[in-house]
Amino acid sequence: MFYREAGDFKTTYVDDNQTFPIKFDRYRYYAVLFVALAIVPFLVNDYWANAVLLPFLIYAIAAIGLNILVGYCGQLSLGTGGFMAVGAYACYKLMTAFPEVSIVIHVILAGGVTAGVGVLFGLPSLRIKGFYLAVATLAAQFFLVWLFNKVPWFYNYSASGQISAPERSVFGIVVTGANADSWAKYMICLVFVFGAAWLARNLTRGSVGRRWMAIRDMDIAAEIIGVNPLKAKLTAFAVSSFFVGVAGALFFSVYLGAVEVGEVFGIQKSFLVLFMIIIGGLGSIFGSFAGAAFIVLLPVFLKNVLVGGFGWATDLAAHLEIMILGGLIVVFLIAEPHGLAQLWRVAKEKLRLWPFPH
Amino acid sequence: MKLTFTMAAVAAIMAAAPASADLTFSALSYRTGPYAANGIPFADGYQDYFTLLNERDGGIGGEKINLVECETGYNTEKGVECYESTKGSGALVYQPLSTGITYQLIPKATADSIPVHSMGYGRTSAKNGAVFPYIFNYPANYWDGASVAIKHLLDENGGDLSGKKIALVYHNSAYGKEPIRTLEELAKKHGYELSLLPVDHPGQEQKSQWLQIRREKPDYVIMWGWGVMNQVAIQEAVNIRYPMDQFIGIWWSGSENDVKPAGPKADGYKALTFHNLGMDYPLYDDMKKYVIDAGKAAGAGDQVGTVLYNRGMYAAMLAAEAAKTAQEMSGTAQITPAQMRDGMEHLVITEEKMAGLGLPNFGPEFEVTCENHGGNGFAAVSQWNAAEGHFNLITDYMQSDQEVLAPLVEADSKAYAEESGITPGCM
Repeated sequence: MFYREAGDFKTTYVDDNQTFPIKFDRYRYYAVLFVALAIVPFLVNDYWANAVLLPFLIYAIAAIGLNILVGYCGQLSLGTGGFMAVGAYACYKLMTAFPEVSIVIHVILAGGVTAGVGVLFGLPSLRIKGFYLAVATLAAQFFLVWLFNKVPWFYNYSASGQISAPERSVFGIVVTGANADSWAKYMICLVFVFGAAWLARNLTRGSVGRRWMAIRDMDIAAEIIGVNPLKAKLTAFAVSSFFVGVAGALFFSVYLGAVEVGEVFGIQKSFLVLFMIIIGGLGSIFGSFAGAAFIVLLPVFLKNVLVGGFGWATDLAAHLEIMILGGLIVVFLIAEPHGLAQLWRVAKEKLRLWPFPH
Repeated sequence: MKLTFTMAAVAAIMAAAPASADLTFSALSYRTGPYAANGIPFADGYQDYFTLLNERDGGIGGEKINLVECETGYNTEKGVECYESTKGSGALVYQPLSTGITYQLIPKATADSIPVHSMGYGRTSAKNGAVFPYIFNYPANYWDGASVAIKHLLDENGGDLSGKKIALVYHNSAYGKEPIRTLEELAKKHGYELSLLPVDHPGQEQKSQWLQIRREKPDYVIMWGWGVMNQVAIQEAVNIRYPMDQFIGIWWSGSENDVKPAGPKADGYKALTFHNLGMDYPLYDDMKKYVIDAGKAAGAGDQVGTVLYNRGMYAAMLAAEAAKTAQEMSGTAQITPAQMRDGMEHLVITEEKMAGLGLPNFGPEFEVTCENHGGNGFAAVSQWNAAEGHFNLITDYMQSDQEVLAPLVEADSKAYAEESGITPGCM
C-alpha cells in the first residue's frame, strides 16, 4: 500500500538512478541516518559504545570490504584478519611517527597501505580460483601475523610486543586512548561506516561493480565481452583491502586501544568476518550490516538474558551461547541460503504487493 | 516480529546492569575455552572465599559482598565487554587473570579511577606506583619469577651457570614475552646461553619446538605457559624423555591440571609459586563448614585445595584485606573504588594478620607503598609428586635479584610514562 513505486514520479535521469528509488525506502534511510547521527550520540554510554556499537560498526566496515571481494567479485578470501592487522599496524606506525597529523588521515592512509598489501596477495587470484585461492589468502593470514610478531620494528621495539594507541583528537575532541568519550568514539566510527557504505554502494552500482559481478558470475564470459580480469580482480582486492584496513585501524586505535596481533587478528577473525557476510548475504551492503549485527549483538544479547536476566552460571551461559548461535546460523541458512539480506528482499517484495497477494 | 525482537534485545541489555547496594567485586573469569582448565580453579577459589566471608562474617565490615562474575574466555574483546558491563555496578577492583586484558585495562581503569590487581601477572613495571597509580601487582611479578628460577638453577649448579644452555618455551603473547628482557639481562650477568621458543595461541601445536629442544639438548627448560599449552608442553617433554627435574614452569604453569594428563612420567616437574600449597590451614575448616558442606561452593566444587584454587583464594583474601584497610582509612563501610585504591596502596600483610585469617605461613609478608606496588618478589620452587598427586615445596622462599630488576622496572615504567604523557608522582 505505502511501499510501492506507483505515484512516485521521476522526471530526471538522476532521480531515476538514485540508490533508493522507492519513497518509503528513502525516508527509512534518512530516518536511520538521523537517529544514528543526531540521537544516538546523546544517549550512548560507555557500555553501549564499547561493548555493542563500536564492534558492530567496525565489523560492518570489515564485512563490507570482504563482501566486495567475496560477494561481488567472487574471490574467496581467508586473509581478513591479516589485512586488518596490516591496517592496525600501519595506523600505529603512522600515529607514532607523525603525531601532528590527524588520526583521520592516518586511518585512511592505513587503508591505503592495506590496499597495496591486498593487491600483492591478490596477484595469485589471476591464476587460481575458488578454494585454491582461499588457501593462498590463508597463507597471507599466517604470514602477516607471523611478520608482526617477529619484526620488532612494527611494534616499536616494545618489550611486550603489544601496540597501544596514543591519545589523538579530531577537531580538539579526543577520539583514541582511555580518555576519549564514548560518543566521540562512536561518532568517528559512524562517519567511517557511513563513508564506507556510501562508497561501496556506489562503486557496486557503477561500471566497476558490474565488472566485478561479471567476473564472479563467469570469468571466461566476462573476458569475452571485454572485461579485463587483471584489472577487475586487482581493483576488487584493492578496494576490499582498503575497507578491511580501515576497519583494522579503527579496531586497534578507537575500539581496543591496545592490541596483540596473534590474539586479536588471528585466523578466527578471518572466519568471523566471513561468517558475517555469509549469514548477512553475499553481494549486499545491507547484508554486511545485518551479518555484523547478528554476530556481534546476538552473543551480547544472549549473555545478558542468560546471565543478567535468568541468573544462570556464566560457563553454562557461554556454552549455551555458542550452541544457540550455531543453531540459529544453521536454521537461518536452511530457511534462506542467501542470508538475511535475501529475507529482507523477499519481505520487500511481499510488501510491494501487500495487501493484495496476487 | 523484527521490531519486537529488537525491543526485547534493548530491554534485555538495559536490564543487564544490576542494582548496587553492597560492596561489589568483579570476577572476570573464564570457565570456557582453551584456558578453562586453569581458569576454573582460580575462579572457584576466588568466589568461595567471598562466599565464606558473606556466610561467616556477614561480608566485610558489615557490608555484604556482591560478586559479579563475567565470562571472558581469556579473550580481550570479551574482557572489554565484561569490564564495561561490570563497571556500572560499581566494582571496587578488577582481577582479570589475563595479561592481555590487563594491558587493555591499564589505561581504561586509570581513566575511570578503578584499581586493578594483577597478582603475579600483567605489566611488570606497574610495580612503580608513581607511574601506575591504579595498578597493583603484589606480591610478585614475572620478572621476579624469572629471576627466582635462575637463582634456583644457580643454587643447583653451585652458583655458576656459565656455558649452560637455557631454553625459554613461552606463550607467544604479551604474557610470554614479559620475562625475556630479564632473562637476557641475567644471561649477561651469569653467562648462560638463552634460546627462545615461542608457542602460538592456544598452544596445542608444539611438536617443532620440542623437536628443537630434543636436538639442541638445553640444560634447562623454563616455561611461560597457560591453559592447554601447559598440558601439551609437559606431555611433549615426556615424549622426548626430557628430564623433568630440569624443566621449570612459572607459577601459572604449575597446577595439578597441567601435570596430571601426562601421568606418572610427569613426576619431578618443577614450578614456581609465591604462596603455599595444600589444604593444611585452619581456614579450610571454616571453608568446609560454611561453604562446601553448605552446598554453596562455586563451580563443580571439585577443585578445592588445588594450587590455583589456593591462588584464587589468596587473591580474594588480599582484595578483602585491602577493602578492610580502605574501610578503616575512610571511616565508612561503603567504600568507593578510589578509596579501595588507597586501601590497596596502604595494605600491610604481616604474619599475625595471615595467622588471624587462618592462613599461617601461607604467603609472604609485604607492605605496599606508592613506590612499590609489587611487593618484595619472594617465590619458591615446588615439585610435582605424581605418586602422591600433589606439588611439594622443595626450597625456601627466595627473593629475586633486585639489583638487576629495579633498574629494569625504572626504565620500563619511565618509557611508559613518556609514551602516554604521565608525570610520575604519588597521589
